[in-house]
Amino acid sequence: MNNNGDITMQLDHALSPRGATIPLEVNDPVFTLDDVSVFYGDYEAIRNVTLPIGKNEITAFIGPSGCGKSTLLRSFNRMNDLIIGSHLKGVVAYHGTDIYGPDVDPIEVRRKVGMVFQKPNVFPKSIYENVAYGPKVNGAKGNLDDVVEECLTRAALWNEVKDDLKKSAYALSGGQQQRLVIARCIAVKPEVILMDEPCASLDPIATAKIEDLMVELANDYTIVIVTHNMQQAARVSDRTAFFTAELDDNEVRHGRLVEFGRTRELFSSPGDSRTEDYISGRFG
Amino acid sequence: MALNTVDETAEGLSLRQSHPRYGEKVIRIILFAAAFVSIVTTFGILISLLIPSIEFFLEVPITDFLFGTTWTPLFNDGEFGVLPLLSGTIVITVIAIAVAIPLGLGASIYLSEYASSRVRKVLKPTLEVLAGIPTVVFGFFALEFLTQLVLIKIFPGIEVFNALSAGLIMGIMIIPTIASLSEDAMAAVPSGLRDGAYALGSTKRQTAMKVVIPAALSGIVAAFVLGISRAIGETMIVTIAAGLQPQLSFNPLIGMQTMTSYIAAAGSGDLATGSIEYKSIFAVGMLLFILTFVMNIFSIRLVRRFRQAYQ
Amino acid sequence: MSHTQIENQLAGRGTLLRDRVFMWSLFVSLAIGVLTLAVLLIYVTVKGWPRLDIRLFTNMPSVRDAENAGAQSAITGTIWVISFTALIALPTGVLAALHLEEFARPDSRFQRFIEVNIQNLAAVPSIVYGILGLAVFARALALGQSVITASLTLALLVLPVIIISTREALRAVPRNIRDGSLALGATEWQTAYRQTLPAAIPGIATGTILALSRAIGEAAPLLLLGAVSFITFNPDGVLSGYTTLPIQIFNWTKESREEFQVLAAATIVVLLLLLLAMNFVAIWIRNRTQKRW
Repeated sequence: MNNNGDITMQLDHALSPRGATIPLEVNDPVFTLDDVSVFYGDYEAIRNVTLPIGKNEITAFIGPSGCGKSTLLRSFNRMNDLIIGSHLKGVVAYHGTDIYGPDVDPIEVRRKVGMVFQKPNVFPKSIYENVAYGPKVNGAKGNLDDVVEECLTRAALWNEVKDDLKKSAYALSGGQQQRLVIARCIAVKPEVILMDEPCASLDPIATAKIEDLMVELANDYTIVIVTHNMQQAARVSDRTAFFTAELDDNEVRHGRLVEFGRTRELFSSPGDSRTEDYISGRFG
Repeated sequence: MALNTVDETAEGLSLRQSHPRYGEKVIRIILFAAAFVSIVTTFGILISLLIPSIEFFLEVPITDFLFGTTWTPLFNDGEFGVLPLLSGTIVITVIAIAVAIPLGLGASIYLSEYASSRVRKVLKPTLEVLAGIPTVVFGFFALEFLTQLVLIKIFPGIEVFNALSAGLIMGIMIIPTIASLSEDAMAAVPSGLRDGAYALGSTKRQTAMKVVIPAALSGIVAAFVLGISRAIGETMIVTIAAGLQPQLSFNPLIGMQTMTSYIAAAGSGDLATGSIEYKSIFAVGMLLFILTFVMNIFSIRLVRRFRQAYQ
Repeated sequence: MSHTQIENQLAGRGTLLRDRVFMWSLFVSLAIGVLTLAVLLIYVTVKGWPRLDIRLFTNMPSVRDAENAGAQSAITGTIWVISFTALIALPTGVLAALHLEEFARPDSRFQRFIEVNIQNLAAVPSIVYGILGLAVFARALALGQSVITASLTLALLVLPVIIISTREALRAVPRNIRDGSLALGATEWQTAYRQTLPAAIPGIATGTILALSRAIGEAAPLLLLGAVSFITFNPDGVLSGYTTLPIQIFNWTKESREEFQVLAAATIVVLLLLLLAMNFVAIWIRNRTQKRW
């Protein structure tokens, strides 16, 4: 690190890798997690997480396998509900509303909080139908050509597929499929996009395209990304949460949030030795 | 942390259900109703068997039915001792499983441990074809081919309708059931167990006999039990090839009636609903249902236990 | 040194011989089943050959005039009965499978009860379904000895098979397709109806065709449901009397004259060809839609 004064350091850290200015504290949270633990039956996958997600920011969850970061991500749109025996303690608040509260409809939550999965899970239908699916199930009637074009354009896929809209989505490459999944996701007009290791099955070139797309989308969407790839977190995210798997007194493994902060700060001067070990490649 | 209720949430951010989804609820009820048909079917079977059976046992004491040795329902003063029908069923079932268990098990060991994938691709569908042959066709084959062209030369005294031919063909019919279920069980045995045996110098035969079969045993036994249940319940082969004469005998060369062929023969006549003959169909049906039910449940439990062991 | 020689040295002659004998006896067990099938097919074809002609399709059954007897009413009856069986069993079976696979909680006691119940129903002797049909459809509901009684009974008979095969087809659709749909705010029914079900259709079609071909070959339950009397007319409605191919075959096997055994064999060939055609369609569907994921 250089020897400049504190003010320069502050400025340095406030400017995120993608060039956005990020305040020290999250001022305008979309999500606020308060003491959240997620269980599968008796097994506690992740324990006591308190964390805000800033609006129009990219938040990265990093950490070794089994630290519960994907589990935590799936609690943002209640996808954990689909796993029998899972339950959650604590509060996941979306704009101040507990999404696990009474009268909350998980389907409404998922319409506002979209998700992109580890393996590109395009539907066995045409490219067009993949994008039009979300609006259709949400009650859209009539011609969806404009929506499809707009979403594919925003997902940086339109130029590659505009002549093949009727073709099966399975004909696309893995990277194209993942961008199609992103296009499909934004067609529902969500506020938040969750990405669960979106580049895990992609080659470096396809990965770079998705990363560019994420930076582009952050202007309009709030993005939370789970990644195994520390460089990816360092390249695209504004804030990073580092998780690890610990054994408790009863020798039971569970995930814990170790550290949360602005990405540049966390990577250049981690506050916890476990974070430092992980990002310097000493374990994980 | 101060939280909003759903109703206090700002416009456009509400997480309350945007419109009631009545259709969804109706559909769930319809789906459930469809699944419920299977339960109604079971109760339908039980009730339609039980009521006439009870009426039957009011006229014929249940001990006479279970332990009586004469079955003459069409006589004026007919006797309803089910043992002749039961013995017919047992003789034919024993012959059938004596054929089907060794052949079915052998076939399944061959398919699961020896056959190359190319051979398997030909032989497995062939077994499926065998399983798809209607039983009336097997019955015809047993009577016209096996009895009259083959067995009569080996056993000159054999009757045209006989238990042997029905039992043998029924055995062939059950081979696919036993083979495919046993093969499923053997395929579920982890390959690590086989590798362990080979690593200790076992041959394929030793591995199959000492490792794979014991490990798959409950699945194989389940296949046997289901095979026996099918043999007991099979109707057309015995109706066509084994004759309609109730006989309390264990001689396979003569004709005999089984529980199923009695039901088929009596039920295909135009019996008056209230008559004792009509009710006797249900009493025999009840006995048949109970026997096969016990075996089916036993088999289902074995498979379940087997699956849990290897999951 | 040849491979066999090495094997001999390594295994010892005795073990090797025992292994050979063992393998060949396994192969013979399989071959007996396959050979019996071959003999059966050749036998019925040769025996039925003299009567495998157009009369089988144009003429009505008879127990007197073997020369002019045909199986037309049995063919049309089979088509009538099986069409209504499909119409009843297919939607019920698919909806039930959707409930069990996509909506019901897999850990509940009731679900386990339904599952064991369906597995048991799949193994209940078909003649017992005949008793059910006789008591409930023919007599209690007074539908008599009609096409619809037969169709309802056969529908209940094949329902467990359709449910089990449909569930397998649904289970083969990857979880992440459902997750993708649900994450877009689709309801569970929208997901099931628009994603899972269409993706499972080839598997469902294959299973259903095989289940229906089982129903086509069934004779035992129909013996109790009035199909035995000689029917010399084609059904003209669901309440019409009827006969089917397996029943007609059965009726002729009971006749002592050899000409009728020939007729039975010829009719068996027609029945087997029908089943073969259905199996080919099922296999064709299965192969045409190979796994896409």
